Amino acid sequence: MAANIYPKYTSDGSRLGNLLEWFDARFPLTSMWKQHLSEYYAPKNFNFWYFFGSIALVVLIIQLVTGIFLVMNYKPDGTLNAAGIPVAFASVEYIMREVSGGWFIRYMHSTGASAFFIVVYLHMFRGMLYGSYRKPRELIWIFGVLIFLCLMAEAFMGYLLPWGQMSYWGAQVIINLFSAIPFVGPDLSLLIRGDFVVSDATLNRFFAFHVCAVPLVLIGLVVAHVLALHEIGSNNPDGVEIKKFKDEKGVPLDGVAFHPYYTIGHDLPAITIFLFVFFFVVFFWPEGGGYFLEYNNFLPADPMKTPPHIAPVWYFTPFYSMLRAMVWNFFWVDAKFWGVVAMGGGVVILAFLPWLDKSPAKSIRYRGPIFKTLLVIFVIGFLILGYLGTKVPGYYFFGFTPAVNEANEVVFSPLNYLLSGDLIAQIFTVYYFLFFLTMPYWSRIDKCKPVPERVTTK
Amino acid sequence: MSDQKVNSERRTLIMATSVVGGAGVVAAAVPFVASLSPSERAKAAGAPVVADVSQLKPGEKMVVKWQGKPVWVLRRTPEMIASLAKVEEAGKVSDPDSEKSVQPEYAKNKARSIKDEYLVIVGICTHLGCSPSDKLKTGAEEGMAADWQGGFLCPCHGSQFDLAGRVFKAMPAPTNLDVPPYKFLSDTSILIGDDSKEA
Repeated sequence: MAANIYPKYTSDGSRLGNLLEWFDARFPLTSMWKQHLSEYYAPKNFNFWYFFGSIALVVLIIQLVTGIFLVMNYKPDGTLNAAGIPVAFASVEYIMREVSGGWFIRYMHSTGASAFFIVVYLHMFRGMLYGSYRKPRELIWIFGVLIFLCLMAEAFMGYLLPWGQMSYWGAQVIINLFSAIPFVGPDLSLLIRGDFVVSDATLNRFFAFHVCAVPLVLIGLVVAHVLALHEIGSNNPDGVEIKKFKDEKGVPLDGVAFHPYYTIGHDLPAITIFLFVFFFVVFFWPEGGGYFLEYNNFLPADPMKTPPHIAPVWYFTPFYSMLRAMVWNFFWVDAKFWGVVAMGGGVVILAFLPWLDKSPAKSIRYRGPIFKTLLVIFVIGFLILGYLGTKVPGYYFFGFTPAVNEANEVVFSPLNYLLSGDLIAQIFTVYYFLFFLTMPYWSRIDKCKPVPERVTTK
Repeated sequence: MSDQKVNSERRTLIMATSVVGGAGVVAAAVPFVASLSPSERAKAAGAPVVADVSQLKPGEKMVVKWQGKPVWVLRRTPEMIASLAKVEEAGKVSDPDSEKSVQPEYAKNKARSIKDEYLVIVGICTHLGCSPSDKLKTGAEEGMAADWQGGFLCPCHGSQFDLAGRVFKAMPAPTNLDVPPYKFLSDTSILIGDDSKEA
């Protein structure tokens, strides 16, 4: 362990110094501080893309603290109270209206969920820009993909807890996805629900997973993510290894101590600005225009009636679009199953990125025109998939009404195809997968610029 | 212990201990996984329910809760019944004879019911479990296509069904809506969830 590299603290004779010496002899306190902060050397050329890891950590803490306080008043109970309202739904209303500061804590938690995904999506995109997933950082990336999966599970199960219409029917749809898996599917979805329909049993177990099991795994993965990062060292916008050039003390020439240079000088201002935006939303725009909190979820869950339009929360919509795009039966297996495969595969394929990318340069700064073009289309496609996932099936862009024949079938006309949301979603779903699957080919032939030996600064 | 030589007796013991310990962990996991399956109370909650259709006018639909699911009783008008043949002739229905679909033997017919007038059906889409919306009237009245003969539209992924719950072609839902077991107790009273012969 690193404890051997760093000398133990010796007291300067003061009372506080004696205490620290006593403590440090029994616990790797100063060595951990040095290893992860004051003597962790990060490349000196970080830019704003490197804010989002630290901000994600701040959001995690917000979610943990607000979550603990919400549990003090929330009741995971799907039965109806004397007024005929489900107890869980009523307890959220109680938090919002009668618990002192309850609305503030709850809006922080609900805004935090969306903020988490914004920050994590940007953090992941940074990885794609600068090749942060490339050797030797494969494991950091894989831990990251697992964190993303955990976050999705956490968000999905948390969304059931308010027991509104969207909670209920969203859970119904996603759990039924599992029943599409051949052979074991129906039993698996029964095991997840614990009942034949989404019910009180489902609510209670989702509560247990949301507040206990998943957060434990999540925190463990975050620790593993950071430990793996600190073992290898951070990548940077140039995608070069700073450890190649060290001074006589073994400190990378292009590295600066993470603390205080990045903690105080880089991340703290970024976190401050993030919190300005975050609390602006909490105070003035908590519903996020129906994207952060969907309006249908202000109605209590009704197992007898699906709302006229159900869509997942915005952070799931790109993958939800991929699910809906699969309408063909392949190999005698139903389209429903392929939809699930596309949705799950869309996330899982990210884990293979370190081995799909064969480019000689890591960073977009030195990569060729093929990568830049394909990446731009990839981002646009992902955003459009996300937008379409919030729309009803059969959506047309710009309120376009397709031309039809007498039998009311959509006729062959360029506009009918160009503006069809369903078709565009299918195209970008195919693109999303082709982007990754053909990467070993095009990343190799792309014309990269020469990569410098040392990091560059303006 | 030498560096090269493996103590084979010790290795055997370690393997045996690991196998026994592993078996113990698996055995201990069984009750935990079993606790996730529906409880005895949840299993018992599927008691049959009676639907009183005496107040149901032709063309109207009522919803009763059975096993926590919405079960629809639709009293079809002669035009509604006639619409079934129309959509089938137009080649729109994916499984017109309900070969792939779930229903009791007595409802495996074109109207998917015991009596043509009353459709009794589980109002849960066979795709992903949303409850489809009523689009009972024809065409533009329901904001549907001009040749729409009346039926149901799933709000989640757009699956369309006719007035016998038969799914249209090229829809996400793989099969027709399920028909639950049911029987008529009298002309105006239907028992849903039980179709045994004895009264």
